[in-house]
Amino acid sequence: MENLTWSGELGAVLNPVLALSVLVFAAGFVANFVMTLAGMRAGEMVVNPDHTLSLRRTPVDYALMAMKYAVLVFVLGCAGYVVGGVLMGGPERTGILGAMAARLLPVWVGLIAVFALSITFKRRLGLYGKLFDSPIGMVGFFLVMFWVFTAIFAGTVATHGPIDVISQMRNELPGTALPDPREGQYAWYLLGGDNLGRDVFSRMVYGAFEVLKIAPLATLFAFMVGITLGLPAGYYGGRLDTVITFLANLVLAFPVILLFYLLVTPEIVAAGIPNYLSMVLFLFPVLFLVVLFNSRYRTQPGLRNVIVAAVVAVGGLSYLSLISDPSDPDLPLLFRLWPEALDLFDIPGNLLIVFVSVVFVNSPTVFRIVRGLVLDIKTRDYVAAGQTRGEGPWYIMLWEILPNARGPLIVDFCLRIGYTTILLGTLGFFGLGVSPESPDWGSTINEGRRLLTIYPHPALPPALALMSLVLGLNLLADGLREESLKD
Amino acid sequence: MALFVLRRLGVMLLTALCLTFVVFFLTNLAPNLEKLAKTQGNARMSDAEVLSWLDRNGYGGPLLVRYGEWLGVMPGWTRLDEPTGEWRGRCLAPGQTPDEAPRRCGLLQGDFGFSTVSDAEVAAIIPERLRLTGILMFWAFAVMVPSALLVGVLAGMREGSRLDRALSTVSIGSTATPEYVSGVIFIVLLASSTTGISPLLSELGWIEGRTLFLGSARSAMDSGVTFWNFTLPVMTIALYGMGYIARMTRASMAEVMTAQYIRTARLKGVSFRNIVLKHALRNALIAPFTVIMLQFPWLLTGVVIVETLFNYNGFGWTLVQAASNNDIELLLACSIVAVFVVLVTQLISDIGYVFLNPRIRIS
Repeated sequence: MENLTWSGELGAVLNPVLALSVLVFAAGFVANFVMTLAGMRAGEMVVNPDHTLSLRRTPVDYALMAMKYAVLVFVLGCAGYVVGGVLMGGPERTGILGAMAARLLPVWVGLIAVFALSITFKRRLGLYGKLFDSPIGMVGFFLVMFWVFTAIFAGTVATHGPIDVISQMRNELPGTALPDPREGQYAWYLLGGDNLGRDVFSRMVYGAFEVLKIAPLATLFAFMVGITLGLPAGYYGGRLDTVITFLANLVLAFPVILLFYLLVTPEIVAAGIPNYLSMVLFLFPVLFLVVLFNSRYRTQPGLRNVIVAAVVAVGGLSYLSLISDPSDPDLPLLFRLWPEALDLFDIPGNLLIVFVSVVFVNSPTVFRIVRGLVLDIKTRDYVAAGQTRGEGPWYIMLWEILPNARGPLIVDFCLRIGYTTILLGTLGFFGLGVSPESPDWGSTINEGRRLLTIYPHPALPPALALMSLVLGLNLLADGLREESLKD
Repeated sequence: MALFVLRRLGVMLLTALCLTFVVFFLTNLAPNLEKLAKTQGNARMSDAEVLSWLDRNGYGGPLLVRYGEWLGVMPGWTRLDEPTGEWRGRCLAPGQTPDEAPRRCGLLQGDFGFSTVSDAEVAAIIPERLRLTGILMFWAFAVMVPSALLVGVLAGMREGSRLDRALSTVSIGSTATPEYVSGVIFIVLLASSTTGISPLLSELGWIEGRTLFLGSARSAMDSGVTFWNFTLPVMTIALYGMGYIARMTRASMAEVMTAQYIRTARLKGVSFRNIVLKHALRNALIAPFTVIMLQFPWLLTGVVIVETLFNYNGFGWTLVQAASNNDIELLLACSIVAVFVVLVTQLISDIGYVFLNPRIRIS
């Protein structure tokens, strides 16, 4: 088997196009900059005597137009690689880029489906639909969904297993062919091999799954903790507020990195500290749901009893299964009391610890945001109306105040998933991640950085992947904020 | 005002006490102490030997008492070593008896303790590390703050304009690039002899060495900071923090630009340049001041990452080393410094805000 080139046969056509578009963009940018400095302005609408409008184009307009079309051509060129990679078949012809695009086929199909459906029905989809009015938001959504679909289809997209080692492929460059591929084995390492001879591309793809498995869920838990504490703190105020705010500030004053080191090191884990933390933190979601439904259906005791009982049963069972692991003899006795038969699932030790530390670090910030929002919203008339009607305090907090605070909270949720992703990466970067072999992006960057100046290819893909996911989440949050402010 | 500062100082003290106790508690958990005993004494000690080693070296007492000793409010432990007849104790130099040594020696007496891993007084290690990190932070701030303010003001002065959109996207991009990503990209692009632009430049003969910048800041520690060895670490720290400050400045600037007095100035015929420079800028820079101050604790994580990535043995590197080797007293000292920085910057940002914004009065 031959080694692959980056662009294959497609490159002969598409590379000049891409290069040209970059050149035109750069030229347009420089021209625009110079002309603006020289005092030229873009053309403005002029009202003619016959009440028609005319727009006189200035050179600045032409420069801008050139830049716009250059971007368009660049995007089309990239799309050309995707289409070419999918249609032409055979990595020998399409090169590394085309081959990667072909492997990502399920992702493209998923993206096209989501975008087509969303844009068609965008007027009926509320805030989510409005996202498709903002180009920034759409780009962000595209990046996020790209990684979400990559994570979902990781099994089919990846060419090799995340920990499959082929020792001859150690530190090989992107596109290197396997020495003697077996039947049915993908014959190339598309993005090269890392220092142990594992496929960088496949590890990046599985890394997306690792990251997206933890980050959104951890953020959700942090939000539940933050909301459950922030609502009463803001609503009641007084001593309760003082105490919780002090505790939140305590956690916030702790340098994140020190906290991680203290929580994740093996000795602390052996002492069971993360388990006690998880015992406290995971109680909040159950509490949140119980209070949520209880306050809503308080006036219909029959229905209320059924719903609350169901929530307690399901939540309680998963809570107990989550925190206890009777099969692990190293744990303190408290976490082994729950009978094995009722223990539905076990979270691998390290995953639980990483999860808990991330939730623990994030929830005080969420608490502060929620508290601030509640302090603002509780002065509104509809809250006073609820109080006059004799609604219970938790009903007012959860069903009057919380829905009206949703805008900022949704935006912050997106931002916070990005921040959590960065935190997970930091953990991996210091070797404190899920496990040393885990393909998550932080750990992969950490492994790749040792030989960075000689073999940059193992560290670069996960770094760019992490960056693009976080960028996507930030742009998405920006788009959502802009659109939610419009009404 | 004085009352406010006093109350804040009280809360600060309480916070510092709580946080150091948490660190003390976590580093003094039984498995940590066992590891310490085994690394300091003998790796193959039995459980009973571990216990006696801990007892002999003053780790045996109740946690609160030991915390008190470390703080310097409780008298340090002393014990007579039976076989040799020598006194040992927290505050005792070798050969001293309890009568000659001070009774208490802890934080309050200015004694930070002894680093078990680097085999030196903590008080001798920390200042040097802080000096190194101080240099790094100084340059990072010197790059970050002016560029962030410039970007923010330019973006915020005409909200919604093309310049605003472009600069806002840049700042979003910079907040989305954590240090360990931008550091890796910088090294690959600018400091690798095989990839990036360095081979190209050195072939053209435009640079003297083999790389444009150095991918390690180790030489900056002894032979001084140069453009060559310090650019990448500084850029890496500055980039991540820049976006956030720029966005805050932009929001603040955009708000000021919609104020009544700006409209009045426009109607009077003041030029746009003068409006921005003389009327808007001063008021727009109040909010970013708070943000910049609160950025310090954030930078700490960044400093730790950058120092690890670029092999710069400053404070962050020490913290990582202390934490991963369970060097209890060094770690405690590091956390004191870190918590102190966080709390003091919070205080400064609150007080500074009052001074800068005459509309706010604390009574």
